[in-house]
Amino acid sequence: MCLAIPGQLLHWTETGALRARGMVQFGGIARECFMACVPEAEPGDYLLVHAGVAIGRIDAAHAALLLAELAALPAEDSFAGDSGKDSGEDNGDDSGDDSGSGAAAGGER
Amino acid sequence: MMNDPALQCPIASSVNDHRITLAHGEGGRAMRELVRGSILGWLGCEERFLDDSVELLSHSAASAATPLRWTTDSYVISPLFFPGGDIGRLAVLGTVNDLAVGGAKGMELSLALILEEGLPLSTLQRVVESLAQAARETGVRIVTGDTKVVPRGAADQLFITTSGIGISLPWTIPGPCGIAVGDVLLVSGPIGQHGVAVMAARDDLGFVPPPTSDCASLWPAVAALHEAGITPRAMRDATRGGVAAVLHEWSAACGGTMRIGEQSLPIRDEVAGVCELLGLDPLHVANEGTMVIAVPPADAQRALLALRRTTVAREATIIGAVTARAGGPVVLEPSIGRLRVVDEPTGAPLPRIC
Amino acid sequence: MKYLDEFRDPELARRLLREIRERTTKRWTLMEVCGGQTHSLLRHGIDAELCEVVELIHGPGCPVCVTPVELIDQAQRLAMEPQVLVTTFADMLRVPGSQRSLQETRALGGNIRAVYGPLDAVRLAREDRLREVVFFAVGFETTAPATALALRHAIDEGLRNFSILAAHVRVLPVMEMLARDTRCRVEAFLAAGHVCTITGMEAYHQFATDHHLPVAVTGFEPLDLLVGIQACIDQLEQGMARAVNCYPRSVESAGNPHAQRMVESVYEIADMEWRGMGLVRQGGYRLRESLREYDAEHRFGALAVTDRLPIVGSSIAPSPPAVCLSGDVLAGRIKPSACPSFARQCRPEHPVGAPMVSSEGACAAYFRYAVAEEPWEGG
Repeated sequence: MCLAIPGQLLHWTETGALRARGMVQFGGIARECFMACVPEAEPGDYLLVHAGVAIGRIDAAHAALLLAELAALPAEDSFAGDSGKDSGEDNGDDSGDDSGSGAAAGGER
Repeated sequence: MMNDPALQCPIASSVNDHRITLAHGEGGRAMRELVRGSILGWLGCEERFLDDSVELLSHSAASAATPLRWTTDSYVISPLFFPGGDIGRLAVLGTVNDLAVGGAKGMELSLALILEEGLPLSTLQRVVESLAQAARETGVRIVTGDTKVVPRGAADQLFITTSGIGISLPWTIPGPCGIAVGDVLLVSGPIGQHGVAVMAARDDLGFVPPPTSDCASLWPAVAALHEAGITPRAMRDATRGGVAAVLHEWSAACGGTMRIGEQSLPIRDEVAGVCELLGLDPLHVANEGTMVIAVPPADAQRALLALRRTTVAREATIIGAVTARAGGPVVLEPSIGRLRVVDEPTGAPLPRIC
Repeated sequence: MKYLDEFRDPELARRLLREIRERTTKRWTLMEVCGGQTHSLLRHGIDAELCEVVELIHGPGCPVCVTPVELIDQAQRLAMEPQVLVTTFADMLRVPGSQRSLQETRALGGNIRAVYGPLDAVRLAREDRLREVVFFAVGFETTAPATALALRHAIDEGLRNFSILAAHVRVLPVMEMLARDTRCRVEAFLAAGHVCTITGMEAYHQFATDHHLPVAVTGFEPLDLLVGIQACIDQLEQGMARAVNCYPRSVESAGNPHAQRMVESVYEIADMEWRGMGLVRQGGYRLRESLREYDAEHRFGALAVTDRLPIVGSSIAPSPPAVCLSGDVLAGRIKPSACPSFARQCRPEHPVGAPMVSSEGACAAYFRYAVAEEPWEGG
């Protein structure tokens, strides 16, 4: 039971150990969330919000570290090259036309 | 008739003149005053008279090549008012859009109201005035109507049924059964806006800014396609069940697979944010001013350009294509990983926390 | 959206997938515990993408799936009481009880409303003091702090018309149960990341050692899932068995002490029946004795087991009892297709057991792909 979404704390709207609330931005919308479990949060921090309650803060350094580690992995030109060795099954990547998947997808705009 | 003071403003027939009562539905004086004194005024009907039945004026404009089209729809939405629209606006645009995606321009509408006892007159006024505004914008005329009142609890404030008559453009749209392998799939704009707006308003979810419905007339987009010499294979406004419902229906009709690309789907940031937060799939969320279109591949680019020249479809996008049946009726190319099946909606999309 | 989009990067996912394939010498069996992880795996096509190197058994980490039938029935009985409004997460509406779902009970006149969060239920209680608002508190440790906070708010405001039907479940005890089951084929666990945001992960070190099973505390986005899978496979390939934190941006080793204190102020650990799995020792929470008056089961008395549920009307036909092997499925002992009811009496439109109800339940997920699987002609 785990749908918790990261959002940025814009500002506190109410203080108090129990009643604390803050306005949190999620992409294109913001919503007031309950902050009793993250009393040390500061505006600008990213929080994990579940069922309207902030349950933790996102550690930006760890996030950056993971992304950097993954970016250091060797790149692969064609996705189709990977799956080709597993089976003959076409995974839709190498169709060569506008219906390719992955970053090449997006079709015509 | 216009000089009759009795008909120039809503007349109080009882102490509760600010709310609908059962008397308003009984066909007597109270009803006459409600309809002629209030409703017709709010509709902007100069004559203050709408007959029970009416000769179709659009009949004379119709012909074998441009036949009449007819549709009906009921509107029971709650809440009545939401950012971007209301039940009155929907009642006109929804029906106009049903005609439009059938290739016809809406001309005349009937209007049937079912009012719950206790409905504030001010609410009714707001709804009817919005309905009238939508009618003016789309050029349809309300030509006949009916009003009923039901006891408190028998209706959720207000239900509306509109039937619309339109005149087809001179084209023959094959419809879903005529969709062929290779056809290109487009949407006329960003998806998921209406359902999110209504859900947020109904449950008072407190989003800032409040998500806005895409409620709009699709006729200009349809007309633009025709003007560009394009005959779509099929068009459908993606209302309940969203884009996924339309694509499932089309797959069932033509037997092919509707294959769409995740990266291709146009989704506004605010809709994306709400859908992430509530665990909704934008493909399953209702739209009220956005349609799915299937066109022959040779017409795809021109269709896109024609649509984008209109306001309502300025963000039209190609989202995929029709393939021979494989993998399921509707499949999605995710950014990562293999094709996955897009479920047919089984009920209203519900928020989840799991 | 920040901290979501980056962890869905297709290019980085491709690199990770390649890494995983290259470092795997045999097919391993992993279990992701949380339903949200299952959802993400299916949504992003990762389980299919890795099926040659990893078998992913969808675990019992779906509170929708494991909430005891008795509590669902209890919620329905409460909903039929005059003046009572039962509130719950929308996830629960379609889950079948012993006779019908909450949604069907609503159609029969039960007063039930879905809310986005437990504090919305408190708001309803505040707005209408004449109505008894019961919040059906389902969910893992991830959700317990929120429901605890809701109850604390209600108490603080003196809202006597608010109560909780406690149905929270705890993950680690059921992982223990699975690990001790000799028929369970799981070789490593992807632990539920957001549960660990609350509880921390220290207890998993002992678990990994006791059972010699690697555990990777894993997030929910595609890159997080792949990192967790890779960490498990790396350990399995080397014969190691440790608990590692693969979700450090959201999980601290000690968890969130504020959230833990919030939970402890309201709940205590209790044995709990998990639907389809039997009694799980320390598998759930109940309200503390001192807060019994806010426990809906206590407040409304022990409603008789057989009565109060609406008499079945002619419009809803009672379903014949069908075999339900959800417990075996959830433990990974059998595939959903091995259950005699699968795709017959038990389908998403008319589910028998909860794993068919929730779209990320093991049986529903299997159904969707088994039915959709057709020869691919490309193009």
